[in-house]
Amino acid sequence: MATKASRSAARVMMAPAVILLLGWMLVPLMMTLWFSFRTYLPLRGGDLGWTGFDNYVRFVTSSAFWPAVQTTLIIVLSVLVITVVLGIFLAMLLDQPMWGQGIVRILVIAPFFVMPTVSALVWKNMFMDPVNGIFSHIWRFFGADPVSWLSDAAMPSIIMIVSWQWLPFATLILLTAIQSLDSEQLEAAEMDGAPKVQRFFYIILPHLARAITIVILIQTIFLLAIFAEIFVTTGGAFGTRTLSYLIFQRVLESQNIGLGSAGGVYAIILANIVAIFLMRIVGKNLDN
Amino acid sequence: MGQIQLKQVTKSFGEVQVIPPLDLTIEDGEFTVFVGPSGCGKSTLLRLIAGLEDISSGHIEIDGKDATDLVPAKRGLAMVFQSYALYPHMSVRKNIAFPLRMAKMDQAEITRRVESAASVLNLTDYLDRRPGQLSGGQRQRVAIGRAIVREPAAFLFDEPLSNLDAALRVGMRLEISELHKRLETTMIYVTHDQVEAMTMADKIVVLQAGVIEQVGSPLELYRAPRNTFVAGFIGSPKMNLLTGAEAAKYDATTIGIRPEHIDVVEADGAWQGTVGVAEHLGSDTFFHIHNTGLAETITVRAIGDVNLKHGDTIHLTPRAEEIHRFDGQGLRIE
Repeated sequence: MATKASRSAARVMMAPAVILLLGWMLVPLMMTLWFSFRTYLPLRGGDLGWTGFDNYVRFVTSSAFWPAVQTTLIIVLSVLVITVVLGIFLAMLLDQPMWGQGIVRILVIAPFFVMPTVSALVWKNMFMDPVNGIFSHIWRFFGADPVSWLSDAAMPSIIMIVSWQWLPFATLILLTAIQSLDSEQLEAAEMDGAPKVQRFFYIILPHLARAITIVILIQTIFLLAIFAEIFVTTGGAFGTRTLSYLIFQRVLESQNIGLGSAGGVYAIILANIVAIFLMRIVGKNLDN
Repeated sequence: MGQIQLKQVTKSFGEVQVIPPLDLTIEDGEFTVFVGPSGCGKSTLLRLIAGLEDISSGHIEIDGKDATDLVPAKRGLAMVFQSYALYPHMSVRKNIAFPLRMAKMDQAEITRRVESAASVLNLTDYLDRRPGQLSGGQRQRVAIGRAIVREPAAFLFDEPLSNLDAALRVGMRLEISELHKRLETTMIYVTHDQVEAMTMADKIVVLQAGVIEQVGSPLELYRAPRNTFVAGFIGSPKMNLLTGAEAAKYDATTIGIRPEHIDVVEADGAWQGTVGVAEHLGSDTFFHIHNTGLAETITVRAIGDVNLKHGDTIHLTPRAEEIHRFDGQGLRIE
């Protein structure tokens, strides 16, 4: 970016991408905002005009709102804890030299390539089905009554499915971080009298801090919007209705686009609050 | 105390034996330098002493006690690594205090030792900085600080100066020598730079392919190299090693004469040749001489600034008493 000419040329060349992205984001955002201030019931009279903040008030005062926020946060936090802890453990295992390392690494990453809908269906029908699922067979083998996972333990089941999907991502990022650790640092700590556990807490974990924040940031953004896993398993029943699922129900099941849009605006605000907090933490961690 | 003895120590990586059986004694308080070309096994040898690598056979004794199977932390040795290996997320203070904290020493004693190490190494003003905010020389000093607070039986240095620029290297060389004089602790120092070896060592161990070629004080190695490898390795610029008819005159397969032991004469020298590249250092001038009728190019040191140019004819006479003679196996003939 040296001369004036090259700078303006760069701007011209970037313009199509910027315009496309802006359109992509701004048009739906504007439409959401627009609809959130209108009474719009497609099957019951269509667009019925302005309502002011009615939709916003109704969305928050609905008895389903706070439980949905709570469910969303529980899922996000649980999945983050599980994937980061297990991810560090798996990354350290995969970092050890072993036979068939390349194949094992590819296998570990594999779940990430399965579509969320497919993996949720596989879990639902092949693992968690109370009659035919593998888990029910195992339970029966030991003489226990099979658990009907998705109704009796719906939240843990959803958390398990989502964690399984995101564990490879966390493992992959943390593995590359562990590989970048200077082995002389570990040797120095060994000479300094730090046993294995201390070396983990004093050297490896601080080294991973940056990678962990990146994992948390990226996963949070995606986890706030999980939908397919809930749609194909519990359908939002048994206390698994998240905020995004609630919005979906308002728009498609209640056929109230105005109310759903207001919910969408709340979701944007929530996501931004989380993002600001995360950016602060990440910023701190990325600085040094 | 810090006497270290290696008895019939070997090291193999798989099928490859990098260190054949080796015996070596390092006396208490001695500054020993392991020197050799890269890949000669000097760093491996240091890591064996540190305990970072397991030896394949033999024994290591520290202060007369068998330390072969001791973990690194229990050997009472401290190491300074080539990359310094500072902990980047800790302040200088915490870095230096780390070994003491691991030893569960009480806080007042830790503070006292860290402060005194910092003042010895001129680090007092930097104690609250992170390693990333320090220059190369300061990082080096932090690494040394982390080693001295433990009051180890011996210090191990693994090419500690190779990441510094030339000027800093000379300064740090003096500081480390000074530190050794003050602490009087055993130090083992690995380097590929024979100048570092000559200037710092009480005892130099010259290694090649895992084998000790010669052990001795710097001047012993300079005056009486045991074979052609040591002769060529110690001293700068390199000793001229001549073979063929010229060597036969002295009843040897190879003769060696250092550049500083050849005199430039007006006429009637033993050798006559043309000047190639001349390196003017001000205090000395090094000439590379071609066309002398010998197979090898000869390097000559002339004191001061000698006015000879590329292509000039030069007459040389080696000092007969300074000629080293070597036999067919490359061993010294007395």
